[in-house]
Amino acid sequence: MGLLEFARGPALAFSVAVLVVGLAWRLYGIFRRPARADYSEPRRHDVAAGGVRAIFAKMLPPRGVKVRGPSMVNAYAYHIGLALVVFAFAPHIAFIQRTTGLAWRALPDAVIYVAAGVTIVGLTIALLARLGDPVLRLLSGFDDYFSWFVTMLPLITGMALLPGPAQPVHVAIHLLSLELLLIWLPFGKLAHAALVFVSRWRTGADFRRKGAAV
Amino acid sequence: MNELDFDSPRFTIKKPAVRHDKQGDASDAERGAAALQAFMKDMTRSAATYMESCIRCGHCAEACHFYVTSGDPQFTPIWKLEPFRQAWKREAGPLSFLYKTFERRKPVDAEQLRQWQELLYDSCTMCGRCTLACPMGIDIAGLVAQARHGMFAAGLVPHELWAVAERAEREGSPLGATPRVLKERIEWLSDEHEVDIALDRPQADVLVTLSSIELMKYPKSLVALARILNRLGVSWTFRSDGYEATNFGLFSGNLDWQRDMSLRIVNAAIASGAKTLVLPECGHAYGALRWQGANMYGKPLPFRVLHISEFLAEAVRDGRLALKPMRESITFHDPCQVSRRGGATGAPREVLAALGAELREMPPAGDANWCCGGGGGVVTLHRADEHRHRAFEIKMRQVETTRAERLATSCSNCRLTFDDGQAHYKWDQKMESLLEVVAEQLTD
Repeated sequence: MGLLEFARGPALAFSVAVLVVGLAWRLYGIFRRPARADYSEPRRHDVAAGGVRAIFAKMLPPRGVKVRGPSMVNAYAYHIGLALVVFAFAPHIAFIQRTTGLAWRALPDAVIYVAAGVTIVGLTIALLARLGDPVLRLLSGFDDYFSWFVTMLPLITGMALLPGPAQPVHVAIHLLSLELLLIWLPFGKLAHAALVFVSRWRTGADFRRKGAAV
Repeated sequence: MNELDFDSPRFTIKKPAVRHDKQGDASDAERGAAALQAFMKDMTRSAATYMESCIRCGHCAEACHFYVTSGDPQFTPIWKLEPFRQAWKREAGPLSFLYKTFERRKPVDAEQLRQWQELLYDSCTMCGRCTLACPMGIDIAGLVAQARHGMFAAGLVPHELWAVAERAEREGSPLGATPRVLKERIEWLSDEHEVDIALDRPQADVLVTLSSIELMKYPKSLVALARILNRLGVSWTFRSDGYEATNFGLFSGNLDWQRDMSLRIVNAAIASGAKTLVLPECGHAYGALRWQGANMYGKPLPFRVLHISEFLAEAVRDGRLALKPMRESITFHDPCQVSRRGGATGAPREVLAALGAELREMPPAGDANWCCGGGGGVVTLHRADEHRHRAFEIKMRQVETTRAERLATSCSNCRLTFDDGQAHYKWDQKMESLLEVVAEQLTD
């Protein structure tokens, strides 16, 4: 079995399995904890709507509370850029179609190149901020830096494929770097891709009950 | 030994000559174990969600008055929870087996908790502004309250806060407002202001409560309350077996004391057959009774719980309270636990609208308002004065921006903090009580 076959076959299956089982375990670790009954008289009863609203409302900067503006703009940029690169690039859609049978229209390559450039620059700025900002330096640990590394790696190995035509070994390295990300995702902060819904929903529902602001 | 100080603008115990910021004589190992046990009891599904969700973005720092005015990264709200998070990650989290195997996290120890005492008590008012800023929606303020349970269990509560909490548990009031003092003061206020202040009526539709800050420092609030209630013609009373709404059990982190303090009022309300319990102008009293009281009682409360601003808003909404129009402009300081965290942001504004006041909102106001810096028990701590006064500079700027002629709030603890800030900075603004403003405007 060549490296590419390995990356496309057992390595991909293993990494997806770790991703799914790992995330399920992480969520189980939360939901197995006891929930305390709340006997207070609710101000509002539409708590589920509050939870859903918080999931979307928290995508925007909070009203009246100053946030780290440049870092928030940067975070929007690399999250959107990353989503475009992963889900709107023709070769990635072809790969997803081969694996799952699902397909959709790709964006022009030029758009994806810009998105990739924005994402790489954005992530680099985020790393520099983490290293230079006293608050972020204090809060940061192995998870923050390793998560950054496994996010950046598939971008770099993917960019290395662009001059084309792609060598199988280079494609394999790119795939393996993606698989490293999938394997790490449930164990570190990248799990916020799933936890963001749980956390925002929790606060949105609890606070809606009180009629309080989120 | 911990004498109360009623001579300074801020009421607390006198500055201790020697601080005792730890209680009992347990060993460090015992303190660490006790804290860990308490932390584990609080690791509910909500806490677990939040512990797993932080992305270490630091946005909460910009929302915290203690960080913003000091620039000290230690005051980043989520950092204040580090021992709690550490306990979760190592002892109960879904990946705890990895943390234990690789010793990535130390068990919670007393030395670390001693360092964190300043972060969990002196530099956090549990105002919840950080929760607004958090992109993951983590309720940091709620978690700080839980982390304080571990601090109390470890016997590591700041001197003043422990002293007033213990006094509240023993005497029924943190500021010496015992039932005897209550009775004397009510008699004096009734005579002095020629107003009927109901005390210990066996049955009443409305049980009213007070903050001992009001009784000892702002007694005209009680007169104002009595005038309004008498004008409304409701059947009401104070009760000497359940009048103190402040809850230093909650602040200090002792759940048993918090429960005792809440149940005194709950039982008094039940004994008087009250349909409505009215909480005083006190922010945390609202959180303690309105949102946590039933949970302390263990079942739904058989009466409504309203903050006084909600009670007044209801009265003006129903057309039962006729008020003379105010001619001045006014700005309103939102008590965090009533507005942002309590959901009653609209009530004082309804009252101010009924007064016809020109309301000049602070930038920002309402849910995003800055805390006065004295909540969460911080105003009691002498050693936190420097942090608190620095944080108060934000409030002064906010108020001055409005150029309003008058300044009001509906929390006596905020009022106390403003009085102290005013004295410290020789500031020319005077905080008033919304309740007293309303009483002034009662029609003749």
